[in-house]
This record gives sequence, C-alpha cells and structure tokens, in this order.
Amino acid sequence: MSEPRQSPDARGIEEEAAEWLIKRRDCEEWSEADQAALDVWLAQSWAHSTAFWRLEAVWGRADRLDALRQQEAPRGFAQMRRRVLPILIRAAAGVAALAVVGVPASMMLLQPELKATYTAPLGGRQTITLRDGSQIELNTNTVVRVAETSGERKVWLDKGEAYFTVKHDASRPFVVIAANGRITDLGTKFFVRRDANRLEVALVEGSAQFDENLGRKTARSALLSPGDVVVATASSLSVTKQNGRVLKDKLGWRHGVLIFDNTPLVEVAAEFNRYNRTKLVVEGDAAAETGIGGTFPANDVAAFTRVAQGVLGLKVKNNGTDFVISQ
Amino acid sequence: MAETPETDRGMASSLGPGPATSEVKAWFVREVLPLEPLLIRFFRRSGRTDVEDLRQDVYMRVCDAAMEQIPHPAKPFVLAVARNLLIDRVRREHIVSIEAVENLDALNIATDDPGPDQNLMAREELRRLQLALDKLPRRLRAPVVMRKIDGLSRREIAQRLGVSEKTVEKQLTQGVRALADILYGESTDIGSKS
Repeated sequence: MSEPRQSPDARGIEEEAAEWLIKRRDCEEWSEADQAALDVWLAQSWAHSTAFWRLEAVWGRADRLDALRQQEAPRGFAQMRRRVLPILIRAAAGVAALAVVGVPASMMLLQPELKATYTAPLGGRQTITLRDGSQIELNTNTVVRVAETSGERKVWLDKGEAYFTVKHDASRPFVVIAANGRITDLGTKFFVRRDANRLEVALVEGSAQFDENLGRKTARSALLSPGDVVVATASSLSVTKQNGRVLKDKLGWRHGVLIFDNTPLVEVAAEFNRYNRTKLVVEGDAAAETGIGGTFPANDVAAFTRVAQGVLGLKVKNNGTDFVISQ
Repeated sequence: MAETPETDRGMASSLGPGPATSEVKAWFVREVLPLEPLLIRFFRRSGRTDVEDLRQDVYMRVCDAAMEQIPHPAKPFVLAVARNLLIDRVRREHIVSIEAVENLDALNIATDDPGPDQNLMAREELRRLQLALDKLPRRLRAPVVMRKIDGLSRREIAQRLGVSEKTVEKQLTQGVRALADILYGESTDIGSKS
C-alpha cells in the first residue's frame, strides 16, 4: 500500500480491546485484579476506551442472536406442558378447537416459529420484538415463553421481570401469565415482576385487566389504569396508585441503572443481587436501614460499594465472593 | 474525586464512579457509533485507506469534547469533527482534495431520512446480525455461533471444535472485531436510501 500515514495504532489497540472484552465476557476466570487492570487500560486513553466500547456494543448486539435458538427444545418443556397446558386449553376454549389440539405438536415441530423461549442471563437484558410489533424487554435473570397464534398472543413469565409494549389488536388478545396472575392487555405498556413469593404488575400506559388465578377459578380481578400497581402474594392482593416518577424509577433497569429514593440499604442490596454474581451482604440493623438515594449502574456493584464507603461512611469488606457492608 | 491528569483525557481515575464517563459512554454507544457507516463512507470516498486510524481519531476527539459537555445533537458535531480532521490530514499531507471534503454534505443529506420505526428496526437488527454472521469467515463463524446462538461456554466450544480454549478465545477475539467491521463499516445501506 502506498498509504502515506498508515498508523498501526488503531488496529493494534482494537486487537487489545478485543482481547480484554473476550476475556471479560466469555472466559470463566475474571478476577478483581483483571478488572482493575482493565480499568487502568481503559483510563489510559480515549483510543482505548472507545475501541473497547465499540466492540462491547457489537458483542452486546450479537446477544440478540440467541433469538435464533429455537430448534432446541425449550428447556423444561415437559414440565411446562403439564403445568400450562390445562390453562392453555381453558384459555383457548373460545378459540378454534384446532388451536387446542394443535398446540403441543405445532409448538415443537410443525411451526416452531409460533413458540419460542427467550432468556436474559444474570445481569443481562434483552428486547424481543414479536411479529405484530409488540415488544418485550427482559430484565436480568428472566425467562419468558411466547406463543403466537392467529387468535391470541400469549406470554408466560416463568421468572424475572419484563416490560411489555403491546400493539393492541382486539381480535388477538395479548395475555401475560405469571405465577397466579394473568394480565390481559387493552392497549398497553406495563411491567410484570415475578419474585419467589410475590408478583408485581404495574401499568404505565393504556389499560389492562388483571386476574388472579387460584385453581380453576378466577379469584379476583381488577381493571387497571395508568399508575396502578398490583402486588400479589400468597396471602394478599393489593392495588395502589403510584405516581409516574416512582414507576419510572422502577423501570431504570431498561437503561441499565437502578434508581433509589431513600431506599433501605437492605433492599438496595437485594436489588443489586438480582443483577450480579458478586453479592452484597448487609450486616447489622443500623446499616440495613441506612437510606440510599441515587442512580447506579446495575452491573457495577463495586461502584456502589465505593459510594457506600466514601459517601455514606459504611465499612465494606470484600471477602472474595461477596461485599459485606456494615456500619 | 481526584482527576488523573497524566492520562490523555480528563477522565476520573478508574476508582471513581465517574458518572460523567458513563454518560459519555452511553452517549457514544447510542449516538456516535451508529454514525460509523457514514464516517467510513466519508473517509473512503475521500480516497483514504487509513480509515480505522481516522475513525479512532474522530472518536477520541468527540469523547474528549463530550467530557466538557455532551453535544446535542451528536451528528452535526461528529461530522464537523470528521471534516476538520480530514482537512488537517489533507493539509499535512499537502494533498488538496476539497472536493472530497465537500462530499460530506451530500452524504449527510442522504442520511437525514427519518429512520424506520422501532419495531421494524428490531426485526431489521436481527436480520442484519444474521447477515453479518454469514459474512464471517467460516473459521470464526462457528465459535461465534456457538457462543451467541447456542450459548455455550468457551470450554464447551473448545470441546466441540476439538481445539484448545486458548484458540477459542483467539477466534472470538477476531470474531468480535470482524463483526464490528461488518456491522459498522460495510453496512453502508443502513440509514440511507440514496
């Protein structure tokens, strides 16, 4: 090449950035020392950080490719069939009988595109766009299954949390099933969060119907308007009105952040622990009740502990696997 | 939080949470990176072969400026930086090619079409990723597919391919770079209908 000033620099830096990225994202061993070394490298130059960010963005985009993982039988399908099929059949009663008998086979073999399982790993997020344009954003550690038929769109939230933006279609109801709850959209944006013993549904826009399924009967139901938050536990069901800011804070994860407003440290820790392998452990009641406010990257526990230490004056001990916070 | 002036940027040290840096990063990923096809095209049409180098310089300059204040909207700013950079280079090399520099405006207009709606974009995104995957050399494609579609670990990929984990790591390293070049550099049809 007769290039007057072909700098080897950019390519060399990019190679280094790629090595860092793959080591961090795709290799099993990644220590605190590695992270510190990467931080130093990134801070050395904009050339380093922009090269890294660029590749990181591409590699993150490539995570979407897992939407193509369909040929593989959805994990836990047998179990799902036992648990969900009765509901499905019941739900489909009003739909063509064909849909009912055809479901199991078509899900797996005949029309695999009708049925898909999507997951977001611990600390990850994923946005799914259905063929009708409706979107589902998965938060950390989340599994949903989606079945689209000509008469209905149905999503099972097996675990985790998801934000739904539904294209309303009166002839094809959009139904979300999570634990004992069933949400039927009437043109809507809402999120559903499923924890071990608790289900939370919050309506951001539009309207939706919430039904609680206990056994074969719909136990309770509510027509939700924007700002309504349903919290269902084994023993209780409540609907409260929250202002827009509270809902927005709860949805910080869509942008990769956790937003707290005078939230007790123990709850803050529980939130971070949904996103990270390195856990936050809070010791002592006084520390547990310390109120935390602010916006933090969900995937950066270390950054949070630095704030806890530097700003709040709490003690932070890193025992290798966890951060232990105490007063 | 103490700054570290010995680096080439006014970025908080790695120990600082550096909200400013994270904002710059978010802005960079969201608004600057999508302009890369345009930048690459601009530099190529100007007859440059040191495209990666120029691209890197643009990124460094815009992030440096963004540490002061994040430019909104990003596009005219980034393009102005690119244009100035090219003028600098051209001057330094004593090659007069004003014509090439002016082409930027034409390119700019061509990409000002309102983008497709979000849903189309999401579907389009998957299609683009698939196409990019298809363009990867076979040697790199297999490990990337196993990692991203099948969700296998480095160890599992190594076992399936019968190579060492180190080799898989190297292939993924090359894979992400190739993917970036395909997605950003060559996808010149994106965002432009001309």
